[in-house]
Amino acid sequence: MIKTSYVSRTIAELKPSGIRRFFDLAANLEGVVSLGVGEPDFVTSWAVREAAINSLEEGYTSYTANAGLFELRSEISWYMEKQFHVSYRPEDQIIVTVGASQALDIALRTILNPGEEVIVVEPCFVAYAPLVTMAGGIPVTVQTSKEDDFKLTPEQLEAAITPKTKAVLICSPNNPTGTQLGQEELVMLADIVKKHDLLVISDEIYAELAYDEKFTSFAAIDGMLERTIVINGFSKGFAMTGWRLGFVCAPKEISEAMLKLHQYAMMCAPTIAQHAALEALKHGMQDVEEMRRSYRRRRNYIVKSFNDMGLDCHNPGGAFYAFPSIEKTGMTSMEFAEKLLTEELVAVVPGDVFGESGEGHIRCSYASSMEQLQEALSRMERFMKNHCQ
Amino acid sequence: MHLNEEELEVLRIIENNSRIDLKDLAKMTDLSEVDIEITLKKLEDMRVIVRYLTVINWAKVDEYHGVTAMIDVKVTPKRGVGFDEVAKRIYKFKEVQSVYLMSGAYDLSVIVEGRSMNEVASFVSEKLSTLDSVISTTTHFIMKKYKHDGTIFDQTEEDKRIVVSP
Repeated sequence: MIKTSYVSRTIAELKPSGIRRFFDLAANLEGVVSLGVGEPDFVTSWAVREAAINSLEEGYTSYTANAGLFELRSEISWYMEKQFHVSYRPEDQIIVTVGASQALDIALRTILNPGEEVIVVEPCFVAYAPLVTMAGGIPVTVQTSKEDDFKLTPEQLEAAITPKTKAVLICSPNNPTGTQLGQEELVMLADIVKKHDLLVISDEIYAELAYDEKFTSFAAIDGMLERTIVINGFSKGFAMTGWRLGFVCAPKEISEAMLKLHQYAMMCAPTIAQHAALEALKHGMQDVEEMRRSYRRRRNYIVKSFNDMGLDCHNPGGAFYAFPSIEKTGMTSMEFAEKLLTEELVAVVPGDVFGESGEGHIRCSYASSMEQLQEALSRMERFMKNHCQ
Repeated sequence: MHLNEEELEVLRIIENNSRIDLKDLAKMTDLSEVDIEITLKKLEDMRVIVRYLTVINWAKVDEYHGVTAMIDVKVTPKRGVGFDEVAKRIYKFKEVQSVYLMSGAYDLSVIVEGRSMNEVASFVSEKLSTLDSVISTTTHFIMKKYKHDGTIFDQTEEDKRIVVSP
């Protein structure tokens, strides 16, 4: 008997990422100015790169402890305390992972039983719902809107909860909207989470890129430390995307369970990258501060420019994305992005790839030089004049 | 003097690009164009902004034949005015680009530019070392500039990222 497919039904039924499709379109064109990039335009600071070279020279080419170098975990523990006022023990509450993506994966696979639901707040990072599905859970999406600045309201959260709900997955500051949840908003959401005895998976990868208001970790809210899994890493704040180094902090019971998954599937994160991250945490905070200042200027510039050209854009509090509305052009976000790409050679990401509520918007990354931003915005202004007169 | 956050932000931006358009500068900060003009004027008047500079890699220009030397100068400080008087006498020469008071083996670091090594040598032997307070000079000619005022001269900027990513 011949099998129809060797691929599991779960994976076969997953939709490929819409970002990938758009990347293929953009990759075939010459002279594209890109606002479609979801990573810093800064190269990792030289001191960090130098630490990695030194680590190789010293011959650190073997495994580390499964949870990561103890020295790095200790430094992460100190960093979390100092930056976000949350205490995690390096011994049993912190795991160094292969990027924040792996941290998310092990967090979901650790907590979910088949058929349990995770509330996913859209628009969101393209991998959230598939990761829940791959972990055997059911993603339940909640659509936020531009009227609420893409913030999840307590009412929306409560309405989405069912007896099968296990956790809420939240990203603040958010990819793709840049929306940052303030302390008061987190407190209100936390009340509901506690009332229904849920967990929160808090993706805080953009925590260092908060511009107007000090970032508050979900775990720092009263009573949330014991029910929050914090996902963080070095990719965005420290400009270390290619190093694939993240970490996850969680209550001991969950952390120890996550470590089982991590040790069987991954063994440990790359040793050289861990040495580099140690240098980043010990001596790199000034670089982070300079990058944050630079992003803030560009955020101000791009948001004001969008509003001037008639693309309504809320002021994102963090990350490096602007998420303007393109509704008045009458196009879908995919039509808009494709036309903009082919007519003006500017790459942006259509909002609908981040979920239904992203429709009518485009994600524009301002992690580009001012010269690139100026060029992209002048092309977009021309595009808007041609299509919105 | 104390500057506010907006003034500091304007300084940080123009330090890297003094030719930036006022309109863009206003968009990048939370200030209006008029506020930016007032801020710049104030910073110029206070001599916080001393000069708007262009950093040029002259080594790339065949027609340029200039040389730069860093000169370590030992001097005798004078009662009441310390090193200031001699520093002032030195920095007034047009050949002198910079003068710093140093700690360590010598007292003043003087950067001199000239059209040739001979011109610089003449300046050192005839003008600088003949000053009353100057005890000795050691001249180092700069052979090649790799980085100047925070700018790497031979670096080309290339975006290595893929065009669209998550």
